[in-house]
Amino acid sequence: MLKEKRAADIEKVLAKYPPERKRSAVMPLLYIAQEEYGYCNDEAVREVAEIIGCDPTEVRSIVGFYTMFYKQPVGRYVIDVCDDLPCALRGADKFVTHCEKKLGIRAGQTTPDGKFTLNTVMCIAACDRAPVAQVNREYHYDLTEESFDRLVDELSRS
Amino acid sequence: MAGFYGTKNKTMDRHVLLRDVDVPDIREYDVYVANGGYEAWKKALTTMKPDEVTAVVKDSGLRGRGGAGFPTGVKWSFIPKDVFPKYVVVNGDESEAGTFKDHQIIDGNPHQLIEGVALCAYAVQAKTSYIYLRGEFYEPAKTLQKAIDEAYAHGMLGKNVLGSGFDIDMYIHMGAGAYICGEETALLSSLEGQLGQPRLRPPFPAVQGLYAKPTVINNVETLANVPPIVLNGAQWYRQYGTEKSPGTKIFCVSGRVKRPGNYELPLGKYTVRELIEMAGGIIDGRPVKGVLPAGSSAPILPASALDTKLDYESVQAAGSILGSASFVILDDTVDIVWAARKMVRFFKHESCGKCTPCREGTYWALKLYDKILSGRGTLEDVNMIGEVAAQMSGKCFCLLGEFATSPMQSTLKHFRAEYEAFIANHQGGKMNGYTDELIREGVIAGPDGVIARH
Repeated sequence: MLKEKRAADIEKVLAKYPPERKRSAVMPLLYIAQEEYGYCNDEAVREVAEIIGCDPTEVRSIVGFYTMFYKQPVGRYVIDVCDDLPCALRGADKFVTHCEKKLGIRAGQTTPDGKFTLNTVMCIAACDRAPVAQVNREYHYDLTEESFDRLVDELSRS
Repeated sequence: MAGFYGTKNKTMDRHVLLRDVDVPDIREYDVYVANGGYEAWKKALTTMKPDEVTAVVKDSGLRGRGGAGFPTGVKWSFIPKDVFPKYVVVNGDESEAGTFKDHQIIDGNPHQLIEGVALCAYAVQAKTSYIYLRGEFYEPAKTLQKAIDEAYAHGMLGKNVLGSGFDIDMYIHMGAGAYICGEETALLSSLEGQLGQPRLRPPFPAVQGLYAKPTVINNVETLANVPPIVLNGAQWYRQYGTEKSPGTKIFCVSGRVKRPGNYELPLGKYTVRELIEMAGGIIDGRPVKGVLPAGSSAPILPASALDTKLDYESVQAAGSILGSASFVILDDTVDIVWAARKMVRFFKHESCGKCTPCREGTYWALKLYDKILSGRGTLEDVNMIGEVAAQMSGKCFCLLGEFATSPMQSTLKHFRAEYEAFIANHQGGKMNGYTDELIREGVIAGPDGVIARH
């Protein structure tokens, strides 16, 4: 149960908003739930709904609306590579193709061992450092095919 | 994580916003304070009435840096005095393709943002401020939270700041990947725990914003301007920029230039051509084909507009918008149809689904682009793109629907011949240069003749 396991974090989140506006906490709570369960599963949705006092269906709709809440299980490392226009002007499409080859999966898929998920994403506000990716929301700037391979090899060993 | 190179030219002796370029460690509280940090905050709390803070910002002529360019002090003055509580909400959703200025402010100079938010809160007498950051700003959020914690620890935030009797709390709220939340009413909905979809205006947020209470919403860069304005005065600020576009502005330059990055410049002093030169010029010295002055949302300007001055009025007169000043530079190696498709794909992905013309229009427009790019397009499809855009225009709740038509309408206006040439040259699906992504997306067959996905 999130309420027991992450009690302090939940309390901290709820303290940010007026007591009668608990619903504002839905997104930060879903992040906490996602950390615990790996993705926003039924359990996560139900528990978050209970904390903020609304219907699970409403929480489910929030999960569906935002791309950063995962609807299915994802790999241990989620690699989001930007292939939007500014990055694509600096080789992002070719770079993504390389990422797919290196990981042996297509963008949008997870490796069979559950280690990596590769996604292409819209602009992540680092267009001057393209190709750019986030691994579990941490930026990796100025990537090359070589530096990406090194990164994946490192993460594979961890 | 730090690591921005900052502005590489020295057009500004001392930066007003990108002060991390001049003082690399200014993200640290002590360094910020040693360089005049929180002096404006002290000055306001100890010597100025709230209305005087609003007045100096009004006199400075500062205009919203998020895109709309609305005068900031005027916005603050709309907040009713007798309704409580009030809120300050900071728009740090920075999601427009090609925009990465707020990212650098938060990473490099977070205390200046915090001080700006505090000054705004004092001016409108709001005790609670929320800084809404896009979900991808997970690391910048850590930097900002550390800075907020430091500000509390030094008594710059919290109860009875500097003995003034003014209480102020500041919280970060993380988004989760939705471009639409940069639209201010959608941002408010998101902050309230609803779907991030825009609301009808009026009522405007100044009257009924967060939790239906009076709310100021300002962009990160806008508020970072406020401390130096309050400290040095409106006249000082007006030494930069033009009469109608005072001050400095951060220009994000990306795309086919040698040194992409953030460049802080006085508004109206330089031209697009000079901005490109500051960014090192075009890769391999090739000619410019077009410029997007505000990412995907702004109509493309052809190379003939390169001598346009960099201020709100001049860019508008040239047929586009300055917006967030995220300049995406396209050279002659870039196929306009491919570039337009990338932008349409962006809007299709980011349409929130509330208004049918936007939701369906972007969907069908992308289908048309995919058809053309896969070598099956006809001139009729080109006309249809124009028609879809025309059917969307003026029929949506928020500006996203309007912005989504920009890449279609403006590329058709300036580069229609490229669409026609593309169709003539690529009949039968002979692709070069665009294959990777389209193969990945399963739109066209790969070299081995296998449709990849879908």
